[in-house]
Amino acid sequence: MNTIIQAQDVHFRYEEAGQGSPLVLDGVSLEIRQGEFLAVLGHNGSGKSTLAKHFNAILLPMGGKVYVKGMDTQDEERLYDIRQQVGMVFQNPDNQIVATIVEEDVAFGLENIGVAPEEIRRRVDEALKAVGMYEYREHAPHQLSGGQKQRVAIAGVIAMRPDCIVMDEPTAMLDPRGRREVLKTIRALNKEFGITVVLITHYMDEAAQSDRVVVMNDGKILLDGTPREVFSHVALLKQVGLDVPQATELCHQLRRQGWKVPDDVLTVEECVTALLKELEVKHVRHS
Amino acid sequence: MSAILKLEHVSYVYSKGTPFEKTAIDDINLEIQPGELVGVIGHTGSGKSTLVQHLNGLLEPTSGKIYIDGQDLWADRTKLRTFRFQVGLVFQYPEYQLFEETVYKDIAFGPKNMGLSQEEIHRRVLQAAAFVGLQEDQLQKSPFELSGGQKRRVAIAGVLAMEPQVLVLDEPTAGLDPRGRDLILDQIKAYHEKQRNTVLLISHSMEDVAKYATKVLVMNQAKVFLYDTVDQVFSHAQEMEQMGLDVPQVTKICLELRKRGYALPDNIYTVEQACRALSRLAALEGRGTSC
Amino acid sequence: MLKDITIGQYFPGQSLLHRMDPRMKLILTLYFVVLLFVASNLLSVSLGVLVVIVGYAVSKVPLRMLLKSVRPVLLIVAFTALLNLFFVDGTPVFQWGFLTITQEGIRYAVLICVRIVCLIAGTSLLTYTTSPIALTDGLERLLAPLNRIHLPVHELAMMMTIALRFIPTLVEETDKIISAQKARGADLESGGLFQRAKALIPILIPLFISAFRRADELAMAMECRCYRGGEGRTRMRQLHYSAWDYAILGLFVAMTVAVVLINRIPLPI
Repeated sequence: MNTIIQAQDVHFRYEEAGQGSPLVLDGVSLEIRQGEFLAVLGHNGSGKSTLAKHFNAILLPMGGKVYVKGMDTQDEERLYDIRQQVGMVFQNPDNQIVATIVEEDVAFGLENIGVAPEEIRRRVDEALKAVGMYEYREHAPHQLSGGQKQRVAIAGVIAMRPDCIVMDEPTAMLDPRGRREVLKTIRALNKEFGITVVLITHYMDEAAQSDRVVVMNDGKILLDGTPREVFSHVALLKQVGLDVPQATELCHQLRRQGWKVPDDVLTVEECVTALLKELEVKHVRHS
Repeated sequence: MSAILKLEHVSYVYSKGTPFEKTAIDDINLEIQPGELVGVIGHTGSGKSTLVQHLNGLLEPTSGKIYIDGQDLWADRTKLRTFRFQVGLVFQYPEYQLFEETVYKDIAFGPKNMGLSQEEIHRRVLQAAAFVGLQEDQLQKSPFELSGGQKRRVAIAGVLAMEPQVLVLDEPTAGLDPRGRDLILDQIKAYHEKQRNTVLLISHSMEDVAKYATKVLVMNQAKVFLYDTVDQVFSHAQEMEQMGLDVPQVTKICLELRKRGYALPDNIYTVEQACRALSRLAALEGRGTSC
Repeated sequence: MLKDITIGQYFPGQSLLHRMDPRMKLILTLYFVVLLFVASNLLSVSLGVLVVIVGYAVSKVPLRMLLKSVRPVLLIVAFTALLNLFFVDGTPVFQWGFLTITQEGIRYAVLICVRIVCLIAGTSLLTYTTSPIALTDGLERLLAPLNRIHLPVHELAMMMTIALRFIPTLVEETDKIISAQKARGADLESGGLFQRAKALIPILIPLFISAFRRADELAMAMECRCYRGGEGRTRMRQLHYSAWDYAILGLFVAMTVAVVLINRIPLPI
């Protein structure tokens, strides 16, 4: 698979924090492959959002390099090429919608890069349909729920036909229903349209739905692997202030009691299957 | 014991008489005893936020009566403000209401509005700051220099300092990471245990409610669906799942196993409970060890 | 509650007036104002009344909206009319003590009343039938040539749009902050002027801080979506003058001729 974003030994510290302050990113190297659904998991202050802002040249590394499809993010001439390739969705749905009408907002990016009007119309309709917000195209943003606003923001990004979409805690301010809506949309974009997704989050249940999880801690990459591999490190994750799925934790605790259940269980269904098997082995009667 | 909060047939209709008319809460009857830590759950639009804004008179019910510690809240409008000090309300994202130059002054805002003496204000600010784990040297800092989680704790301290008989928190952990969430919830629990005051904790997370609350109030479609102990409420897990609430994974797992005929209790909501119940099952009927 | 404030006065609909090009509506509104002042006798100015009546009938904007727009200026209208009535020199028709009403006085008084009412009614019709965004859009494009003399037309329009977008958000936020401070015992309803002004501090400071934070985040989001000013920018929504737009413009030109001709007709007053 092709690499779409490559971070090489990235170091970063916020200027206003001063020279002596600890590095926010301390030697991060990461390769994101085309078509991947990558979750970056970490607590607040772990450096995950700072890392995300390096992927479309909002921030530039102080040491090391970031390449987007081979383009160096420090190359100012390629800035807008990079931002077209890597779209970004932020945490607060209110503060990223510019226009007073949904479809106008989705058109905003395309208008900025000078796409022809008919083509904009076509892509806006496509994007709104892809996130399931086509019926709301003439609504004002403030009439929408948080989850709907966030889907509009996503439509605004995918209308630009980026290869990759980076989401910086897009669900942190949403209620459970909004979170489900947005997550479903993100998964569909990845699976159906093949868009590379980088999801920054501190919710383990979201990370559990990805293809690959990178755990950040103190500006460094702590773990990198499939959700199964990563979440099997129950103790380590808890130590750095993260949750693990209850199903994983239950199996983890039962394993310590000598139960022979796998350590890479993520979902309710997997857990039930594993437990049924073990209960059978243990000859526990059931009615 | 008489109820600290009592609601009789309370209804509230938004934008009455316009095409946007909407009943936010519908004929609510509720009695909350002093000293409870009540978890309030329900999805957005279930009426829970409207309900809590009635408890300190920010909203006036369209019909029905509200009693705080036996007193009719709306009997005398001039006394309305005193009820605000009895029922302290912490809004969602409370850090966005900080405005003073120092953390100390911001926490003191409520007590000052109560007209207390300097010494009393000082005592309350220090006590409230201690409850939320703020260091003394942080009190003279600008609240805007603090991290997001710290700001939120300052805002909560601002309400604690009024020493309300009832503390109401509207999603105090929204947007925080697991560590920030646990910290604030632990502090609320400690406050509740020390003060023995009534606390209402609104949350989207059934896991958090299960872990911290003594009673649970479930709101659905503008009505009270259930108000009962945690154990009782969780035995209705399936109905709540159908309402669109996030039921904890372990509750679902145990529910599945029960369906296959295994004799597990129907009100499991923490990993520890599940582990213990499964071990007991294995020890009792098969061969295994206990948690 | 603050939430009930409506933004602008747009009255959604599908009438011919609603569907007109906003640029044409802006031009015609301006044209109409000029025409009202060109009309110098009662007969020609009544053409203006006719335009307003037909306009409201076609737009299907209810009559109470017309009254609502005119009400705030009624006092001024009455006052100017009275001034004209009593203080214009000319042929007296009525005399009572030091008060003299002249023929010219009556003429000016009626003329000024009709002009002001028509002016308000006509311009309100523009805002009733054109959404704020279409209005901003129309203005931006009409004024685009002024870019050449370095008037930041696009930037002004962008600011307008962002303001329109964020007014509901900030209104809602103000509501929330007021509730939150009230919950901490803030007293916003009593005390003298100074005390009340002071009581606003706990509301205004959080509001400003939040507005700045939003501005900061919005700027970043806009940059991420490749925003770099008006240059090289295209627009999804294209404005087209339709046959109908031109027809109305034609009608206005014809009316100008009529007004000039009628102006010459000698009338009794």
